[in-house]
Amino acid sequence: MNRILATAGSEARIALRNRWVAISVAMMALFAVVLSAAGSAPTGTLGVDRLSVTVASLTSLAVYLVPLIALLMSFDAVAGEVERGTLPLLLTYPVSRAEILLGKLIAHLAILTLAVGVGYGIAAIAAIAIDPSAIEGLPALWRLMWSSVLLGATFLAIGYAISAIARRPSGAAGLAIGLWLVAIVLYDLGLLAAVVADNGGSFTTRVFPFALLANPADAFRLFNLAASQATAAAAGVGGAAATIPVWQSLASILLWPVLALGLAIAAFRKVTP
Amino acid sequence: MTLTLKQLTKTFQGAAALNAVTLTVGAGERVALLGHNGAGKSTMMKIILGLIPFDSGEVAVMGAAPGSAEARAQVAYLPENVAFHPALTGLEQMRTYLRLRGEDPTGAMALLERVGLHGAARRRIGTYSKGMRQRVGLAQALIGRPKLLVLDEPTSGLDPVSRRDFYALLDGLAADGASILLSSHALTEVEARTDRILILSKGHLVAQGTLADLRRKAALPVALHVLPRPGTEAQVAAALTGARPEGPVLTMICTQAEKLATLARITALGDQICDLDVLPPSLEDIYSHFSQRDGQ
Repeated sequence: MNRILATAGSEARIALRNRWVAISVAMMALFAVVLSAAGSAPTGTLGVDRLSVTVASLTSLAVYLVPLIALLMSFDAVAGEVERGTLPLLLTYPVSRAEILLGKLIAHLAILTLAVGVGYGIAAIAAIAIDPSAIEGLPALWRLMWSSVLLGATFLAIGYAISAIARRPSGAAGLAIGLWLVAIVLYDLGLLAAVVADNGGSFTTRVFPFALLANPADAFRLFNLAASQATAAAAGVGGAAATIPVWQSLASILLWPVLALGLAIAAFRKVTP
Repeated sequence: MTLTLKQLTKTFQGAAALNAVTLTVGAGERVALLGHNGAGKSTMMKIILGLIPFDSGEVAVMGAAPGSAEARAQVAYLPENVAFHPALTGLEQMRTYLRLRGEDPTGAMALLERVGLHGAARRRIGTYSKGMRQRVGLAQALIGRPKLLVLDEPTSGLDPVSRRDFYALLDGLAADGASILLSSHALTEVEARTDRILILSKGHLVAQGTLADLRRKAALPVALHVLPRPGTEAQVAAALTGARPEGPVLTMICTQAEKLATLARITALGDQICDLDVLPPSLEDIYSHFSQRDGQ
C-alpha cells in the first residue's frame, strides 16, 4: 500500500507542476458556469426543481468532458515513462506493475474528482441561489458526482491501456483521441442510425439495449437520466432507452472501471523496457 | 554466490546478443564488464535485473530468479543515461524511491549528501546537468543496502574528481559485502578499482580475470625505446639488430620472455646510450587484443 501511495504522491506532484490540476478544474468549472447560465431559462414548464434540470444538462456535459480529461491525463502514463527512459529503473524496484498503475490511478482520479466536484459544486450553488427548492435535486447531483468519478476511472484505465499498447506518447495521444471520438460521438450516431434503419425490428428490441450498456459513457448517461426524473429534459438516446432497468446501467458503470483496469494491467505487463 | 550465470544465451531477431555466457560474482566482489557498444553489456545487465527475458541458460540472483520480488528487493540498478521526471526535485524523487523500497523517506537528504548533491536537492531535476542526474542515479542505487549493484556505465558524464569519489564510494560498499557489477568502455578507467575484469565481445565472454591475469594471457610484446648518444647512432643501430629508427629514437619490440635479455643487450652498450624507456602493453592494447579477437 505504501508503494502505491508513494507512486500516487509523485504522480499528483507531477500533475500539479504540469498544470493538469489547474487545466482540468478550470475546464469543468467553465463548462458548469456556461451550462448554469444557459440552462436557467426553461425550468418553469417542466415541473421539476431547477437542480434536477441542471443535473440533466451536467450529465450531457460529463459524458463528453470526463472521458476527455481522463484520456488526456492518462495517455502519457506508460508511453511517457518509456520515452523519458524512466521505466527500466522503476521496474527494477520491488513494486509490481499493477501497483504502479494503481498509484497513478489514485493520483489522476483524485484530480478528476476535484475537477468534477468544483464544476458540479458551482452548478449546484448557482441553481440553489436562484431557486431554494432546487435543494431537492441534491441526491441526483450526488449520484452524478460518484458515477462521474467511476466514468473517469474507466477512461483513465483505458488511457493507461492505450499508453501501454502504443508505447510512444504521440501514438498514444492519437489513439486516445480516436477512441474518444468513436466511443463518445460516433458510437451513439451509429446506434441511432441503426435504430432508424431497423424501424422497430429485432435490433431495436434485442441488440440496442446491450449495445448501450456495453459503452461505459452510454451506461453512465442512462443511469443518471433514468434515475433522475428529468429524463424528459434530455433528448436522444436517453429517451429511446428508457426501458432499460437502472440496475443494469448501474452494473455497467460499476464493472467498467474494474474491467478497464484489468485490461491496462495486462497491456502494461506486455511492455518490455 | 551473489550472481550466477550459466550458458546464458539471448538472441534478438536471430542475431545472438549473448552467446553461452557463464560467470559468477561473489559477495563483496567488484567486477568490471568491458566491451564495445553492442557487445551485450546492457543486455546482460537487463537480463540479470529481470527486465528482459532470455532464451536459454540459467540465471540466479541471490539464489532467486531474476526480476522476482525476492531478487528485486536486494538488487540496485543504475541505468546507462539514467533519467527522471524533470518536474520533480532531486529530493522528491529520492523520497519516492525510498518509499518504493519500504525505507524511511526522511533519509533522502542524507543520500543526496553522500553523492554531493545536497545543494541542488530542492531544484527540479529538469535543471540538472548530466553529471548531476548521474549522481541522483547513484544515490538511488545506494538505498537500502543492496546486496548487488548493477551499474551500467556509471561514470559517464562524471568529471575526474567525481569519478574518484564514485569509486571511493564503491570501495566502501564492497567492503560492507555488496557485490558490484559495473560496465565501462574503457579499461583505463576501471583498472585499479575492480577485483576482476570481464571482457564481452559480440556476445561472447572472451576473457576474465584480474588485470595481471589478462596481461599475462594476452602476452603482448613489449616496446623498448632507445635514445643513442649524439654521434653514436650508427654504432648503436648496428649493435641492436632488429631495431627500427623513429626519428632519433630506436624502437625494439620483444616478447615478455625476451625482455630481460634485450635489456642486457642495450645496457651492454654502456655510455653510447643516452636514455632508455620500457613500454609495457597499454591497458587499451590489452583490451583491444581481447575484444577484437573474435570475428575481426
